[in-house]
Order: sequence, then structure tokens, then C-alpha cells
Amino acid sequence: MSTGTTKLDVVVSDVVPVNDLVTRFHFRRRDGELLPTFSGGAHVVVEMRDGDRTRLNPYSLMGSPLNTGEYTISVRRDDVGRGGSLFMHRSVKPGLEMVISYPVNLFSLDLRAKKHLMLAGGIGITPFMAQTAQLAAEGGNFELHYTCRTASLGTYADVLQQRYGRRIRLYHDDRDERIELDRLLSSQPLGTHLYVCGPSGMIGWVRDRAAALGWPSETVHFEHFAAPLPGAPFDVTLAVTGKTIRVDEQQSLLEAIEAAGVDPPYLCRGGVCGQCETNVISHDGKFIHNDHWLSEEDHRSGCKIMPCVSRFEGKSLVLER
Amino acid sequence: MAAKSIISRPVYGTLSPQPGKHHLFIADAEGALAITDMAATAPVGFFDGAHIIYIPGPDGAHIAALEALRPAQFYQGYSFASALPRLKQTLANAHMGLRLYLAGTEGLIGQAMQVALEAGIDHTSMQTEHRGSLARRMQCVHCKGITENVTTQPATCSHCGLLLLVRDHYSRRLAAFQGVCINAEDRSEIPPMEEIFR
Repeated sequence: MSTGTTKLDVVVSDVVPVNDLVTRFHFRRRDGELLPTFSGGAHVVVEMRDGDRTRLNPYSLMGSPLNTGEYTISVRRDDVGRGGSLFMHRSVKPGLEMVISYPVNLFSLDLRAKKHLMLAGGIGITPFMAQTAQLAAEGGNFELHYTCRTASLGTYADVLQQRYGRRIRLYHDDRDERIELDRLLSSQPLGTHLYVCGPSGMIGWVRDRAAALGWPSETVHFEHFAAPLPGAPFDVTLAVTGKTIRVDEQQSLLEAIEAAGVDPPYLCRGGVCGQCETNVISHDGKFIHNDHWLSEEDHRSGCKIMPCVSRFEGKSLVLER
Repeated sequence: MAAKSIISRPVYGTLSPQPGKHHLFIADAEGALAITDMAATAPVGFFDGAHIIYIPGPDGAHIAALEALRPAQFYQGYSFASALPRLKQTLANAHMGLRLYLAGTEGLIGQAMQVALEAGIDHTSMQTEHRGSLARRMQCVHCKGITENVTTQPATCSHCGLLLLVRDHYSRRLAAFQGVCINAEDRSEIPPMEEIFR
């Protein structure tokens, strides 16, 4: 276990519906003390105890890092996911006692930048809520381009425009408004850093164009928490602990390993941080890699898997756990 | 080639063409050869978006080879100091998509990198290649004065006159190696001076 999995006992202090899909949750410490300091881009892992099932999902902190009296997250309802967001929307009410992890930042601002160019898609806006608040407080130079499906689903677009005016540029899919990406990327002053958070297609597009237009990889930051996808059940042998486990349809491999009493390290549970990287001892079948951590070469080699988000189909899989 | 040492001692690579819209080269003396070698692998039209700032040194041997690459802009300077206003102006007006290539002596690479770092380019994003002299820029840790073109070990500080051990400890911020008094306990002890940074 690593420091990022140290737990905080919190109580839900408010639940605020934001629009048809998104609800905001406020947490305070149960002992009334201040929460730990965090920086813009940080996330927490929220433990959802749903009957005999526990889900652990990462959510970006969206409040101002200057306010550690409470943490806020915004959760987009996913009706076809594994049920974490539905649990949050249906079962989490003010007064509920919950457990969350200490904040961890895998998407932090590079404060050496002369300018911060932010690109958000949909619910990918949440880390930028905290980052813009942090930068605005210290007079930082930023510009945010935010793509949403419709004005009514443009979560926090109104708040952002009110706070930052012309630094916020909105694009609505239903009005066929599109970012002129090449022009935008080619007109940034030297020393600009680029941040992108949104659907994986958007992240791939932005990263590809930035690389082609000569943005060094050190200046391009992105975050996309993959949700573990449901899939066909499969059996796994854990060689170190000598256990054989079954991963259910709605369970992630990491959750199944934990349910068997084995405690591998983790931080983000979204395929980003690399903590739960696991060696494959042998396999007969096909991996369904879903992470952003391992290289394509690692994926092809069949020697490693990220159990937080990736699955397996086939006859046998033996892991070094 | 510079020998491997402590972690702060810079290591240099081999220039290679990067994706980008503009390419800024800063080179001195034999650094020109790193650019012409790289040109052999560069895509057609690469130098149409290139700007070369070159400090040839006394013999001026490689100017024609660089001009033959037909860069969009070619500038020849007498010294790094004389080229500095042009470099600063170029970086101040540049946009993302500009790639930086530094080639030649350590002093040139270090000083150009120092300016580029201030302009917001990460040092890992710069292409570097060492060619020519291993002479060092050294900062005296006692008087803070910088002595250029140090070739001996130990070396005399050109400001305060102390005899300094030239360390591999390097500062990107200062673009200089660290020089520390070699005989602080007994100034009458004078170790032999050898020319080792040629």
C-alpha cells in the first residue's frame, strides 16, 4: 500500500444536481478538521459501499485548492457503466459517512509554463475547475477551450465564464462548433503548456496534432481515467499467493484480487498511475488492455497487465501476485 | 566526447530532425558539422523553416557548408554575446512549434540553453550535440565571477585570483561548472596545473 491510499473519514455535506447528467458532492472531515492540501488536477478515490460490494472510483477534485474546508467532486451519471456513478446519484445523500483516499495528483500544472492552454471535453472539465482557481489566485496566464454536447450539458460553463470571461471559449457539438485545433496550437507563445482532459478520442486527437505541430511531449499533459469495462467472466491464478480467483462480469481484475484477500498496491484505479502494474507469468488467450500506462510494446508482449482497468479472455492466465 | 560523471554533468546527444514548424539552430565552430551531418537525414524542405545562428570563430571554416543548406535565415556572429540580442528577440517572438538545436562547444550549448530555459523551453526538449573544444565556463563559488574557456585543472579565477578545482558539478541556471578553492587550508600549497579540458 502506498501513501496515496491513506484514507480520510468524511461525511457528505451537500449533494447538488448540476444538470440532467451531473451531480456535485461535497465532503467534509467527520472530525471537523481541515482536509489535506491539494493542487489543481488532483483526484481522490471514493469508496462506495453498496451492499456486499465495494467499488473504488477516482474523481477529480473540482473545488479551489485554496479551500480545504471541503472537497467537491462532480459525477456524471453513466447508465451503462458498472454502477459506480449510479450508486453516487441514487444512494449518496447529505449526512452519509464515506471513506475517500488522500488526494493524489497525476495531472498537475507545470508552473514553469509561461502560459497554460487547457482543452476540456464534457465531464473532463472537473480538474480544470481546480486548476483555473489555482492559477487565477496567483495571476497565472491561462485559456480554457471547452467542448460540450449542448449548452444545457455544458457543466459549469456558466460559472467559468462568469469567473474568467474571455479566457473561456465554449464549443457546442449541437451547433456544429469545433475547435480549430491546428490554428490554436500554432498560435501559442513559446513556453506554453497544453493540458487535455476528456473522452479518449479527443485526447488522442489533441496529442497527435500537438506532436505533429512540434509540441515537445514534455509540454503536453493529459488525463483520462478509464473506467473498468464490464466483460465476460474469467479465471486467474495468482502464483505468489497460490490462489485461483474468478473475475465476475461487473468486477475489475483488481477488485477480484482484493476480494480474494490479496492487497496489491494501487493509486488511481483508472489505468493512469502505474501502481498496480502486474507481471504475467503465463497466459493462453487474449488481453483486453484498457490502460494509458503501459507502452504499446508492453501490450503486445503479453508480459504485463494493469488489473485496475484491463481484462482477459481465454483459457488460462497466471499472474505474479 | 565528454566523459560520464556525476548526474549534474550534462550529457549531449546527436542532433536529429524533430517534427515542428520552425527550427532554430545555434552553433559555434565545429558545431556546424553536427548540423550538416543531421541535414543528410532531414526531410526535403526541412531548412525552409530553419534559422541558423552561427558563431564561426577565427578560421570561419564551415560558413559555406551551412549556407549551402539554404536555411530561411542565416546569421553569423562574432561572439555569443554579439548573437545574444538576436537569439533573445527570436525566442520572444516565437510560437510553440519552434524546435531548438544546439551544437558546438559546451560553453555555447550551455549559454544558449540558459536563454532558452528562460524563454520556457524545457531542457529535455532541446536537441544538443557536443563538437569541438571541451573548454569550460566556470563559476567561482567564492566571488561568483565566471571565467570563460577554462582548459586547466586547477584553474585560476579571472576575478578574485583564487586557485580553483574545476568540478563536474554543473548549473543549467548559470550555464557554468563549479570552481572551488583547491588550497583553502594552506594557500602556499600549489598543486601542479594540467591542461585537461582541450
